[in-house]
This record gives sequence, C-alpha cells and structure tokens, in this order.
Amino acid sequence: MADLKYESPTTTEAAVALLAAGGEMARVFAGGTDLLVQMHEEMIEPTLLVDIKSIKETREITFEADYVRIGAAVTGAELGENDKLVAMWPGVVEAVELIGSYQVQGRATIAGNLCNASPAADSVPAMIAAGASVCIAGPTGTHEIPVEQMAVSPGKTSLAQGEFVTSILLPNRPSNAGDAYLRFIPRTEMDIAVVGVGVSIELNADGTCASARLSLGAVSATAQLVKAASGILVGNKLDDTVLEALASAASDACSPIDDKRGTIEFRTKVAGVLACRATKIAWQRAEKN
Amino acid sequence: MSNDNAKTNFQWVGKRTRRPDGVDKVTGRARYGDDMSMPGMLHCKVLRSPHAHAKILSIDTSKAAAIKGVKAVLTSAEIPDHPLSKPPYAPIINDMHDISRNVMARDKVFYDGHAVAAVAATSERIAKAALKLIEVKYEVLPHVLDPIEAVQPDAPILHEDQFTFLGDKTSEIPSNLFRSSVGERGDLDQGFGEADLILERDFSSEPVHQGYIEPLACVASTSEDGCVELWTTTQGHFVIRALCSSLLNIELAKIRVTASEIGGGFGGKNTVYGEPVAIRLSQITGRPVRMVMSRKEVFRSSGPTVGSRTHIKMGVKNDGTITAAEVETWYQAGAFKGAPTGRAVETYFSSYTIPNLKATVHDVCVNRPKVAAYRAPGAPMAAFAAEGIINELANRIGMDPIDIRLKNAVTEGDQSLGGSVYGSIGLIEVLNQTKNHPHYLAPLGPNQGRGLALGYWMHGGGLSSVSVHLLDDGSVTVATGNPDIGGSRSSMRVMAAEELGIDIELIKPIVADTGSMGYSHLTAGSRTTFATGWAVINSVREIIEKLCILAAKKWEIDVNDVSWEAGHAVSTKSGDSIKPLSLKELAAMATKMGGAIAGHSEINAGGTGAAFCLQLVDVEVDPETGHVTPLRHTVIQDVGRAISPDYVEGQMQGGAVQGIGWALNEEYVYDDQARLQNTGFLDYRMPVASDVPMIDTVIVEVPNPNHPYGVRGVGEPTLVSAPAAVANAVENAIGKPMSSLPLSPPKVLKAIEQIQVAAE
Repeated sequence: MADLKYESPTTTEAAVALLAAGGEMARVFAGGTDLLVQMHEEMIEPTLLVDIKSIKETREITFEADYVRIGAAVTGAELGENDKLVAMWPGVVEAVELIGSYQVQGRATIAGNLCNASPAADSVPAMIAAGASVCIAGPTGTHEIPVEQMAVSPGKTSLAQGEFVTSILLPNRPSNAGDAYLRFIPRTEMDIAVVGVGVSIELNADGTCASARLSLGAVSATAQLVKAASGILVGNKLDDTVLEALASAASDACSPIDDKRGTIEFRTKVAGVLACRATKIAWQRAEKN
Repeated sequence: MSNDNAKTNFQWVGKRTRRPDGVDKVTGRARYGDDMSMPGMLHCKVLRSPHAHAKILSIDTSKAAAIKGVKAVLTSAEIPDHPLSKPPYAPIINDMHDISRNVMARDKVFYDGHAVAAVAATSERIAKAALKLIEVKYEVLPHVLDPIEAVQPDAPILHEDQFTFLGDKTSEIPSNLFRSSVGERGDLDQGFGEADLILERDFSSEPVHQGYIEPLACVASTSEDGCVELWTTTQGHFVIRALCSSLLNIELAKIRVTASEIGGGFGGKNTVYGEPVAIRLSQITGRPVRMVMSRKEVFRSSGPTVGSRTHIKMGVKNDGTITAAEVETWYQAGAFKGAPTGRAVETYFSSYTIPNLKATVHDVCVNRPKVAAYRAPGAPMAAFAAEGIINELANRIGMDPIDIRLKNAVTEGDQSLGGSVYGSIGLIEVLNQTKNHPHYLAPLGPNQGRGLALGYWMHGGGLSSVSVHLLDDGSVTVATGNPDIGGSRSSMRVMAAEELGIDIELIKPIVADTGSMGYSHLTAGSRTTFATGWAVINSVREIIEKLCILAAKKWEIDVNDVSWEAGHAVSTKSGDSIKPLSLKELAAMATKMGGAIAGHSEINAGGTGAAFCLQLVDVEVDPETGHVTPLRHTVIQDVGRAISPDYVEGQMQGGAVQGIGWALNEEYVYDDQARLQNTGFLDYRMPVASDVPMIDTVIVEVPNPNHPYGVRGVGEPTLVSAPAAVANAVENAIGKPMSSLPLSPPKVLKAIEQIQVAAE
C-alpha cells in the first residue's frame, strides 16, 4: 500500500525531471479519463502523478506556418469548439468527439487517447490518416515522431523513461482535401470501437485522387496505416471497382483477435465496409474544398 | 368492502400529479444504500474467487489480520451452517444451506466472483490491501456453463449432495439437474394429428443482469445485547430481516431493517448478499460495518436471470387454430438450484386456448452466479420461443400475426397451463387496439422490419401492511412496508387521497422500517400498487369510519346517519341542516374527543388478475454490419386501472428498453477458464438513451374485478414480450428467423450472409 504523490509542475523541464525521477511508477496526468479509471480498477498503482495541465503550452491550440499544434492537455470539447480546426480536420475532430461521453469530453485529451496505447483509440486512426506527428520532451531534449510510431503494443508506448508528449502536430491541410473517421460499435455511444477507420484524401483538379492515407484501429495490436490503400486510390476516381479493392485491402490488413468486443470474422469484414464508407465521406469533403 | 372498479369519475386516480419522491431525487438529498455513515464505522471488502469451480483447500488470514487498521477477517467459519432442504420442495426455494454458501463459500467455490473471505478495516483502502494478503489454496475443478452440457453424464458436478428430485424419489447419482417443472393438458398426439402445419424449432437466450444503477450497499450495526440495525438497498426489508434471522440465528424482533432509497432493483435486490457478512463483522468487531459493492462485484457475484435452451414444437390448422404445442426448456440456475421453472410453465402458452399442451422446464446448476429474479422471472425467454414460432406459423399459413392471436386468444373463464383461471381480462382489447394503431399500418422503408409479440404475466398479491395516520392539522401520513422502486409512494398517495377526498399534497407517503410495521412482502411481482394499495384503501376506510363516529358523537346523532362525502362528514338524516365537518375540523377535534385517529391494515391479498402486453417494434438492419437500430416501439398493455399514469407509462417504457437490451446486445462474456470478461457497463452493453426510440404507450384499462380500484400489476408484463417482439422485427427485416439471443451484430451479419449464400 504505497503512498501516492501528486505534482503539478509549470514547466516542461520540471515535468521531465519529476517523471525521470519517478521512474516506472510515475504517470502523466492530463485529462485522467483513462488513468483514474485504471487506478480505480486497480489495474495500475502509480506512486507519482505528474499533472501537466499547469504547463501553459499544453493547454493551447496554435496555428503555425505548416501545422496546427494541439497542446497535450487540450480537451476534446475544446477541439470541438475550435471552428478553424473543425473546418481543417473534421475527421480528426469527429473521432475525438466519439470518445466517452459529453462529460468525459470535458476532460479527455487527444494526447492521452494516443498515450493510453489502446488499439481501439478513436482519435489515433484519424491522426494517422491526417499524417500527424507527436512532440515529445524528455531528459535528452525534444523530438518528433509520426503518430503511428507511438503505440508499440496494447497499453505500451515507445516513450522512454522521463519522456512525455507535449503536443500533437496536424499538418495544414491542402485544398481539395478532406478527411473522415468512422467506427463500428454495437450501441450508438458510450462504447469502444470494434473497428475504426480514418481516411484522408487529396484530389487532383480532374477529380482523381492525388494522395490518400487510410488507417485502421481495433483490428490489430496497434492502429495501422494501410499502405495498400494509397496505391488503390491514387490516380483513380471512386467507382465500384476501386471501392471493392479498397474493402479487400482493408480486410486483408486486419489481424484482429476474438474478444469481448468482437470476433475476428466480424472485425475483418466490417473493416472493409467502413473503409469504403469513410473514404466516400472524405472524398465528398475533398470535393467541396 | 366496496369495489369501485366500474367507477370512472375519479378525483385523483388517473391524474398526473407531482411525484412525491421527485424533489429529493433531483436535488441529491435522497439517501441511497451507500449514503449511510455511522460514527466508528468500519469498511468491508470481500475477497472473491478467481476460479469458476474449485475446492477450497485452505484459507490463511493471519497476514491480513495483522495489518494496522484491520479489525476482523471473516470466512465461512464465522457463518452458521444450515442443513440442505429436503423434499417435498416448495415452488420457490429459500434454502438457507444454499444462501449461506452463496454469501460466503464454504468448501467449494462455484463461480468466478464467489465470496471467499471478507475484511473489516478502518478504511476501504486498508481493507483492499488486506485482501491481497489473504492466502487461499484452491484445487481447481473442471467447470460447466451451459445447461445442456451440465446435464450430460460426463459433466462436472457442482454439488455432490444434489440429486435430481423425481417426485416420489430422487436420482441414484448426484446431478446438476435439480428438478423439472411439467405442465400438461389434452392429448398431444391427437392435437398434432389435427394440425395442417407443424414446426419444430430451437431457441436460446443468454443470462442478462438486472442492471440497476445503484450497486448493492448496506451498513450493519450490532449491539452487545444482540440487537441488529441494518440499513440496506433492497426491494423488501422484511424479507432481508427474515433471511438474516434464519441465516444467523437471531430473533426477528432483534433485527431492525431500514430500506434506503433504492436505485433500481428489477428483482435483483430480493435477497441477501452483503448483509449477513456485514452483520457478522459488526458482531465480531462491535462497530458498525459498511459494505458497498463495486459494479464489477455486482456483475461477478449477484444474480442475473437465467439463460435458456429450448426445443419447441407447435401445430396449427390452416385457419389459424393452434392445435397442440410441446416445449422442453433447460434453464440454468447458476451455482445453486432455483431457476424460475414453474413460472415458465405458467407463462409459456397462457395467452392462447391451445387444447393440447406440454411444457417441461429443467432447473440446472452451472458455474455462474446464482440467478435472481428479473422482471417477470422465467417469462421473457419462454415468450421469445413461443411468440417466435407462432409468428413463423402465421407467416407460413399466410395469416396476419394479430389475427392468429385473436383466433386463439384466451378470454374470461379460460385457464392457463399453470392452473390460473382467468377472470375479466383485456387480451382481446389489447389485440384490437394494436390492429387499429397507426403504428401497425405505417409503411416500412428498405432494410426495415416490423415485429410483434404478446406477453402474459400473472402478477403477485400477498402480504402487505399499512398504517395511515391523521394528524391534528388535517394532514396525513401513509406508511407502508414496501420500498418504492417504481412509484409506489405516488400510487399509495393517490389512493389515499381518492378515498379521503382531500388534496393529494396533504398526504405524505413514507416507507417505514421493519420495527414499525407488520410484515410486508417484497416490492416485486408487480404486486405493490395492487396489494399494498389495497391495504391503503382498507386503512383509510377505517379512518373514515372513525371520523364518522366522531362526527356522530359531536352531532349527537346515530352513526348510521353520517356518511363521508368529498372530504367531509355529512349528516344524511332527512331534513337535517347540520353543517358538514371537514377532515381538517375533525382532525383538530379528535385528540380532545377520544384520541388520535389512525387506520391500519394487514392483508394477504388474493384475486390477482392476468395482465397482457403486446409490443410492436420497427427496426432497421444495416445489411453490411448487422447493426440493428430500433426505430419505433409501441407498448399496448392492459393495466386494469392506471392509478398514476406517468408511472404506468414509465414502467411500460422501462420494460421495453430492458427488453431491447436483452434482445440486441446484453450477454456475459467468459474466457476459457469461465472468468467473466465484461464486468462493467462499457462492455456489458445495456442500451444507452440514444440507442432506443421514444417508447409509445397505449394504456388499456379493463378493470381487475377483484381489486377495489381494478388494479392489475404493471411492472413486469412489459418485459415479457419485448425481446420476442424485437427478434421478430429483425426476422421480418432480414427474412430469416432469429432464434438465438442476443441479436448482436456478428450474429445478425452472419445470418444475412447465409441468406445471401443461399440465394446465390
């Protein structure tokens, strides 16, 4: 029955020092919507919580020359209220807004969703599709990695001891581009994705696909970029043949498990269905931009 | 006793009034199970088995007991043992041998989550830490979860001392099959011989939890002279008192139980779980002990309803006459005997006049938590099979699903398979109102389907006690012994106001503790407004008699010349000009002219009336994912008389929503070691508000002739027909019978793919 310490540093450097000293029993505390539940369920028993919400940069959304920077403690609700961000990356924002309930949205963060390293995290396939990257601070300084390199297995990230995520970077979206996220759940809300699909599409002036990124969640140990999708879509218009190939590519990329949330067979099939549906939505959005 | 069930000009009955429990609930002032705190109180946590079936070889509590702040560690050694019940068995078994073992495992654990030991400590945190230091050695045994597998010769046996009860004898060897309930009439061979079409089908359903929002919680405080005070969230504190008395060998009078406000029960709070443990820990430590279950503990260790496996056969003539039906069902009782098999026999075909019938329902133990009651126990899974096959028969002979039900509908004088003879019932009215409802005639879009199903339930009566007190200022308290789960305080108040003829706001309804009232049975079986309401009417009529005597005394006239009209004592002597006395005036006089005025009633209410509920459901099925969206849902139910229509509609809607969950997504997911995987609402997928449409209600009122106001039970019938109606709607949408609940997306998608393969 170890005691629990709570710290609320105001600088990134102080947070790194605390986390490095705290070792494996230290946890970053942003929204807490996963952390506190895991503590309550006695899945983890940390001895140090480092609350990053007092670090000013973690609370800001800033539009910079090449990207928009989302601080690691910005809540889902704040993303949804940012009209400029919603217009730029509607798929990413709608993915974030599927997490938990209205109440949870007021606390939960996109960085936390990523660092919880659940294969079923809603925002992660949307961020991967968007080509987002992660800013990490640590004892050796700061660096960036692509979102898809954060989770290494269910519940485990590539972060080293003393490192934490300070912000997420979403690239500025080109014109004629759009994104979308869809997930399958048996209910309508308050559920965890059985399959999640994020898609980002950029179109040429002639209406063919210029570039495409499609990412799947909940169908493998970590959310993944389906590289084959790009080859199927680029240079083509969205017809039945392309959609059929896309569905097959998405299903082929699946390596899911049978668990309480869904079966291998179901997840594999529905990944293909949702890949097509999400691509159609992203495509329509691209046509309108 | 005058019956006003033909009366229609009520002052309060049927009106929409302010609910008496509303303010405390919306302000958070209402005190639920875990809101009780006492000075010096200890916190109890329970160590639970990680195995589905194992022998307990040893329990070493010494390390846990040594922690600072731990005041007691309890095992089954501290709970008195009781002998096994012997035949002949009652229809419903309250076997202290089983209950004592369910609250604390003795020599074996029978399910993942079975209580093994408990700690009382000065904080919940210390208690949790102590649990980790209790060392239990198990010998893990093979487990069985399915009721049909459990009755095979090579199945693991849960109870070596359980033998199948065969009426006049028992089986030679131990068995997981405890007994079978059988109902029969007519001649099956003849009945099936007369049929033009016979279908045989298999159906299955999974155990579902009651899903009450408030987890189980109690506080026990005992004194040195052997008295016990218990605060608990329950559907019947008199039953909790009786069970604790029997289990712990304490005189009834020494146990005083107060029912907290209750956050749902649906049958799941009819029995004891933590109460005997908290009482024993309080006795051992001399301090109050609080025990609150987490949601995870509720799922792992408290009773769901039964899962079922059913084989059913039914024959019909081309004109729609059902000539015969035969059904065999295996209900899984969980760790201990007691599945609601008799209720299943009673409800299987009770909406229909089928002359040749046989229903056999088996009570089978498996390695799951012991089942508890759940809103019409035993009936929804029976209706799922019976209504499913009737719909398919109607389809096959080209008959409208309402017409086939009208053709075979029971009416007054008919008898259920369980032997209930129907009085005046509203089945025909329910069917006719459905047929003329706009919902039944509305067009459907692509991938949409419509289903309907009929449910029957014979609600409960039984023991109820009530005290009504007229106070000096003319206000009135109505005290019952029934916890208010679904609006009983409102309906008690309405009936008291109706009898007295005074403003409803002058009446305060309360739930009194076991020390204050005569025995009152559970708030369960849809019995409370019927039975306890009847006792309220009796009590108020006693007050009115006393007030008439008081007025006669005041006026110095014969009491036979006084009557009670619209809240006043009135002289009925012809030509008399005596000014009537109001209730308020009489109340002010009472204590000066003989004493306080009260009425009370302790009854055993008979004369329950059969209730029928039809549900009409539209769904849309996503053909690519198997996802089912309920679009429109109408509940048409004979309620006898709607005392508080807001609550009646709420009951009808609530049962429908629970039925939607049961039909679509609720199920227990176990791993290969039979450990429960979905122990919270995140993965035990009860519907959330956005999953269901507004549930429309049609209240049909055919008064129950046996009740002063014509009341029938309302709470349960609505769940009986809901899962079947949803399943029939899905079947209609995809064009394939759906015989296995829940209709989760993987199952529905597979069915759609099978149809596509068959078509190609």
